[in-house]
Amino acid sequence: MSSVSDRDQATSATPPHVGAGSPPDPAPAPPAVTGPPAPHSLAARLLARGAGRNPAAVSWIRQAALLPVLVLVLIVGVSQSSVFFTVNNLVSGVGQQVSALGVTVVGESLILLIGGMDLSLEATYGLAPMVAAWLLVPTLAFGSGARLNPYLGILILLAIGAAVGLANGLMIVKARLNGFIVTLGMTVLLAGVQNGIVHGQGPYELPAAFSYLGSAFVGQVPVSLLVAGAIFVLTGLFLRYHRTGRSIYAIGGNPEAARAAGIKVDRIKIGVYIAGSVLAALGGLMEAGRVSSVTVQQGYQEGIIFTVFAAAVIGGVSLKGGRGSMIGAASGVILLGLVQNIIDLAQVSNYWQLAISGAVILFALVLARVVGGEASAE
Amino acid sequence: MTEVGAAVEAIGIHKSFGPTRALRGVGLALEPGRCLGLVGRNGAGKSTMVSVLSGLVQPDAGEVRFAGRPAPPAGAVHAWRERIATVHQHSMVVPDLTVAENIFLGRLPQRRGPLGWRSVSWRTVNADARRTLDDWGLEIDPGAPCRGLTVEQRQLVEIARAVASGTRCLLLDEPTAALEHDAVARLFSRVKQLVASGVAVLYISHHLEEVFDICDDVAVLRDGALVLSAPTRELTRDQLIGAMVGPVPTREIDATVSRLDLSGAGDVRDAERLLEVRELTATSPRGAVRGVSLHVAAGEQVGVVGLVSSGVITLGRVVAGADRADGGTVLLAGRPLPNGRRDSALRAGVGYIPEDRRAEGFVGPLSIAENTTMTVTDRIARQGRGVLTPRALERAAAPLTTALGVAAASLRQPVDELSGGNQQKVTVARALARDPKLVVAITPTRGVDVASKELLLGALRAAAERGAGVLLATDDLDDIEHCDRVVVLVRGAVAAEYRRAQAPAPPFDRETLIAAIEGLGADPDAADSDAAVSLDPHRKESRA
Repeated sequence: MSSVSDRDQATSATPPHVGAGSPPDPAPAPPAVTGPPAPHSLAARLLARGAGRNPAAVSWIRQAALLPVLVLVLIVGVSQSSVFFTVNNLVSGVGQQVSALGVTVVGESLILLIGGMDLSLEATYGLAPMVAAWLLVPTLAFGSGARLNPYLGILILLAIGAAVGLANGLMIVKARLNGFIVTLGMTVLLAGVQNGIVHGQGPYELPAAFSYLGSAFVGQVPVSLLVAGAIFVLTGLFLRYHRTGRSIYAIGGNPEAARAAGIKVDRIKIGVYIAGSVLAALGGLMEAGRVSSVTVQQGYQEGIIFTVFAAAVIGGVSLKGGRGSMIGAASGVILLGLVQNIIDLAQVSNYWQLAISGAVILFALVLARVVGGEASAE
Repeated sequence: MTEVGAAVEAIGIHKSFGPTRALRGVGLALEPGRCLGLVGRNGAGKSTMVSVLSGLVQPDAGEVRFAGRPAPPAGAVHAWRERIATVHQHSMVVPDLTVAENIFLGRLPQRRGPLGWRSVSWRTVNADARRTLDDWGLEIDPGAPCRGLTVEQRQLVEIARAVASGTRCLLLDEPTAALEHDAVARLFSRVKQLVASGVAVLYISHHLEEVFDICDDVAVLRDGALVLSAPTRELTRDQLIGAMVGPVPTREIDATVSRLDLSGAGDVRDAERLLEVRELTATSPRGAVRGVSLHVAAGEQVGVVGLVSSGVITLGRVVAGADRADGGTVLLAGRPLPNGRRDSALRAGVGYIPEDRRAEGFVGPLSIAENTTMTVTDRIARQGRGVLTPRALERAAAPLTTALGVAAASLRQPVDELSGGNQQKVTVARALARDPKLVVAITPTRGVDVASKELLLGALRAAAERGAGVLLATDDLDDIEHCDRVVVLVRGAVAAEYRRAQAPAPPFDRETLIAAIEGLGADPDAADSDAAVSLDPHRKESRA
């Protein structure tokens, strides 16, 4: 268990460019006579001399803005507990804990990028695995008794995600209802169903195939972490290099201009709502597998949506749409996961844990703003 | 407080944005009771100068003085607004507040209530607003919400805001860009009234006639430097244009236009009626269309002109698929276009240059390359299942942006950072990138300098020469100079149609056109295209 391999594996969940860090070669600085403008961001100011002429370089700096904060958190963690910097803790422990959150954050980030918002992801995260589990387990374990095939159960889970996303998308995009209130209503509806179908008693004894994703390990690496990492990387590549991914940025940046350029704005928006909810359902599946049951608290009653938004925004995904990246979102997730882990390891009193995580999130937001500049943490 | 000399003086202003030197040692003086015109091509530094003079931007070197005293630091909004008021090109009124509240925005009169609490005195607000509006003869209800006002009225509210604050310096940044003819005339009489009362006015405009009309002095910026400053009456129009354009001869611009290569427009030339609009009706806040029929042949440029709410813009938007029609059909090469579907229209071959580039023309935070290629991502990505690389986008965008003369540090620069004229060039490049069979251009040269105007209209002409049809919906008569036919809309219906004479300029008689647009001299027979009147003066003489 050498510490070098620890670090390699701990960062394996993030897309490969995070570690690369160095921006593409910036053009030579302009002659001193004119001088670059005074940028508002600390990071940009620090690197202005080299990167001032290259907007791409500046955006790279923004994306890596959380790197120093992550290093700081790692240092704090090491100083707090000797178990912190071990494969067992960081990869097996934190890695498994943040995977479900991370997948949901990818979904929310996509929705934020098109200029939307979805509060109901947390309820989908609870309801989809609840319905599936209820259909799978025997009545003794608080199931319906239908005892369906677990693979069919996973399909049902994904279908529920897709259906919820489609309903949200149609109401928001086609009926032009406000996304905030639509998804708030949807949240309460779904959470109510989640509680209602099992009369408040969460199914347990999930079939192995159903809980595999959330509980299995390859060596010391959780399968959920590998899957979440792959989802981050693939989504990041999709956003950067696929025409639909680029259309997502165009729609979030200026929907009218995107429409005038012939982009199928409505269709892509609805598609993104569906993708977001499916990812939330998948996150819920991971969480259910990890704790090998589906509680009625999962999702809405835990209030995970706050953490989901916080991770995305700390990572530089703009609430106004059109701005943000998967690298940022991933670092937001990792940051919050590490902080939670340190709070656990430091044996902070249960009564105070919530207050501390709230304070840390606010602190991280302010820090992201200072490091990332005007456009970050919006 | 009797002041002698300039009300506002800018001395040796330097300002750079990254590698761009926006201003290099510009000095200007605004005298009380005089109107100074500030002109220059896009990117000459006009906007930066406005930002410096209104305290939004701190110059790198040089200073601004008000009546001989140094200006407050940049960003001290209140202190600046007491000294100078700016009426922006884009309305800055808050739509959901009333006229009176907008006039006193940020400094609402207060009164002391019981217990010493301060509260807004609505009676004073409304009374003072009414007095200001009455003093200047502005017929606007101070209690009305600004949302319901026309563009012209909103501008008047901004002017009222300026004069109500007691400002003796007024900065008008392209105030006529969104106004129609009568409104411009009314605005000019207001400005003359203000100048006569001793206000110092800085007037920024692209329209040189306007400068000659109301400015006492004129200053010309070129590439960030002041190249000419003189009383207007000592200058001719040609001298002014010469100073704006500089040593680059206009021939070179023409050469650039003819180099435009919009490859592969191909097989459309044989289609006799490329676009056919039949009995089109549509309702829109931009003006209703009531039963319009017209057609455009391949290689033909057809202008549609009319007043702001005459339906001209709505017609263009419906044909492009950006708005829905209530009735009628739009056929492209004989096949109907789906109603209100911009994406289908694009794929059918309709390129679209929208009216308001800020709202629809581009995605600000994205790069020039990405915006230019936004209409053709499917073609660029064809080989790789939708995969696009930034390099492929730049390769595809480069020929167009070069041909249109987009001035930028690199194709990766966000369009937000470009000047208005260059943003418009990106918008036009985006529309032409797909080799459209039909180009729908709505007011394509609005807010663009003279040289860029020629370039943009030249790009449309080049598209027509390659066999594309052009539908040019505009309220600027300069735009239709190259059109083969002009259709005039009055209150949503075709009022007249004119065919271009074979003889050279002037192809259309401005006065007749303006009369038709205003709904005055439209001869009902002229609407029949067979009886189209030739308005070429030579032809008229030969007839007589």
